[in-house]
Amino acid sequence: MSQQASSTNGNVIIRLQGLKRFYRVGVEEIHALDGVELEVRENEYIAVMGHSGSGKSTLMNVLGCLDRPSEGSYEIDGENVTRMGDAELASIRNKRIGFVFQSFELLSQLNALKNVEMPLLYASNGWFGRSARAKKSLERVGLGDRMKHKPNQLSGGEKQRVAIARALVCNPSILLADEPTGNLDSKTSENILELFGELHKQGQTIIIVTHERDVAQHAKRIIRMQDGRILTDLTSEQDEAKSQSGGDIPGKEKL
Amino acid sequence: MKGLFYAFLAFIQFVYQSVYLSLSQIWANKTRSILTTIGIVIGVASTTAVIAALTGLKAKILSQVETFGNNTIIIEVRWPDTGPKQNMSWRQLRFRTEEFAGLLEHCPSLERYALIGEAGQQMVKYGEKSVQYAQIHGVEPAWHDIEHRGIVVGRGISVIDEGRAVCLIEPELRDKLGLEKDCVGESIRIGFRNFRIVGVIEKRPDLGIGGGGQERYEIIIPFEMTAKFRQEFWVWALAESKSPEVLDEAVAELKFFLRRTRHIQPDEQDTFSVESLKSAIQTFNKISIMVTLVAGGVVGISLLVGGVGIMNIMLVSISERTKEIGLRKAVGAKKSAILMQFLVEAVILCFVGGIVGVGIGQLLTLAIAHSNPLLERTYIPAWAIVLSFAFAATVGICFGIFPAIKAARLDPIEALRHE
Ligand SMILES: Nc1ncnc2c1ncn2[C@@H]1O[C@H](COP(=O)(O)OP(=O)(O)OP(=O)(O)O)[C@@H](O)[C@H]1O
Ligand SMILES: [Mg+2]
Repeated sequence: MSQQASSTNGNVIIRLQGLKRFYRVGVEEIHALDGVELEVRENEYIAVMGHSGSGKSTLMNVLGCLDRPSEGSYEIDGENVTRMGDAELASIRNKRIGFVFQSFELLSQLNALKNVEMPLLYASNGWFGRSARAKKSLERVGLGDRMKHKPNQLSGGEKQRVAIARALVCNPSILLADEPTGNLDSKTSENILELFGELHKQGQTIIIVTHERDVAQHAKRIIRMQDGRILTDLTSEQDEAKSQSGGDIPGKEKL
Repeated sequence: MKGLFYAFLAFIQFVYQSVYLSLSQIWANKTRSILTTIGIVIGVASTTAVIAALTGLKAKILSQVETFGNNTIIIEVRWPDTGPKQNMSWRQLRFRTEEFAGLLEHCPSLERYALIGEAGQQMVKYGEKSVQYAQIHGVEPAWHDIEHRGIVVGRGISVIDEGRAVCLIEPELRDKLGLEKDCVGESIRIGFRNFRIVGVIEKRPDLGIGGGGQERYEIIIPFEMTAKFRQEFWVWALAESKSPEVLDEAVAELKFFLRRTRHIQPDEQDTFSVESLKSAIQTFNKISIMVTLVAGGVVGISLLVGGVGIMNIMLVSISERTKEIGLRKAVGAKKSAILMQFLVEAVILCFVGGIVGVGIGQLLTLAIAHSNPLLERTYIPAWAIVLSFAFAATVGICFGIFPAIKAARLDPIEALRHE
């Protein structure tokens, strides 16, 4: 179906096979994901693009173990998640996945540090030294001097940095971000994307959903989706070339 | 073995984590938490106060009863429920002195008895000073041996006083009338007669019925002198069995004797009651248990209402915090962790409500204790506190579990989408 742009070196972290996700709305069945095949290796930086409604968020939710596929299999770090129970899924979300949301999802009554500490509360080994770990994570995103600030005392970009620090605090195998810059102005978005680039350089595996063309400057691999399937899966250079040649690539125009 | 240890550690962490999360949540929503617990606070405060008042009342009454021996018997007129005598006037039905003649010979289990005649309330005067109403009781000398009230000055009523105008007064009346401390030999005017004081007798531990503050005076005179105030007067009697063991026999003998002297036909009901103090105490205990149960029921209902309040607030709080729950699940909170967080929150709210309630109950108890001498022994017994807490915790669990399950079952994505 599509060319694979994945590098051949590095361990496979994520493997999706024939992944489908259906929604029933009344009598209608919506195929939000309709057979996705995907392999993600260690330290890849992937941007997922596509029209609105093409299934990007659905894919991210399944990848983040927030949602279960209707069909197909999903392996993360060699473990098949498809058949896991609620408790096991919760612990996968805690240990292996860092999720960044478009709307930050910080708890307003907690300061930055407490927000970042939160996932550690649910980690089996996270109880001790959690504030030190949260501090480190905040420093990593450049917010070492904003620890005691509550969300309403932070700018949009800073809020998203706190959310990223929270996603990183348990050292996840993969960082998932669904339109992390969707609520930010272009300058701040650029800063956040730079941060993702920085994290990638430090070895973090990242999948990011975005509508922004500029992301290509950072991501090494671009996946374009349409109608719940992967349409193209190219390196950023190939993708650039293809879109220049006027190929019918969805998501080219800004939504 | 090692696995067990780690499981134990994990459990401790789990509990600590739930308490930590709940406390921070309660702290973050202080006002609401306070409003939520008010129902429980009121419930627990009223329970403890009611139980305290009852306990105090009981302690007080028992302490008064202690001035009597535990083989004391009270003999009073009582109207029968059926038969022609039920409509008789008190004049017809009252005890007459003759009915008790030869009582001790016919009642071998009886140690002694004393008739008491009621002369009603009379005005008392000494010099310029006077007291409008004092209750005049005529007693036989044996009365002193049954109702053990101390003689402060002088002596009690004795056989030599028969038919003499002598009296015993209480220290309060003595002071009110401006008499000397040792007032033996002085004369006071009771009604239209002069009586010579032969002694000062301790005040009866005040039952306080009819309200505190109002002074009530009693004057004791020889039994025969009662007739000087009223032609026909009300008579009752106190008696004592030889030992507590033969109390029931004594009661039976008394009944048998009085039925005969009062000419009661075999098919007629008694026109009097012979009751041992012990059985009176048992009756009181029964009543107090009933009152406790009724109060308990009322309080139970108020706690139930408080519990429903807690459930309501928890449900509101969960629907407000749906997004937060979604987020917590998204970062790895298990169902059990969410469940425990909310359950512990409800239980802590109830528990704190319980503590504050016991505190307020304590204040109420102090207020009650000072309001009426009858209730001066009011205190909250330990079991009432334990019970309140157990109940508060139960309410917390019962009414917290439903919202907590609701929260735990939320789907993370839907919860995050919630506005
Ligand atoms: N809970 C749901 N119930 C029913 N249909 C759903 C549900 N969630 C998503 N869908 C449908 O699945 C399809 C894919 O949705 P999805 O949110 O993945 O799109 P997306 O690519 O993220 O779009 P956008 O760029 O606007 O965020 C859409 O047609 C949507 O209507
Ligand atoms: Mg989306």
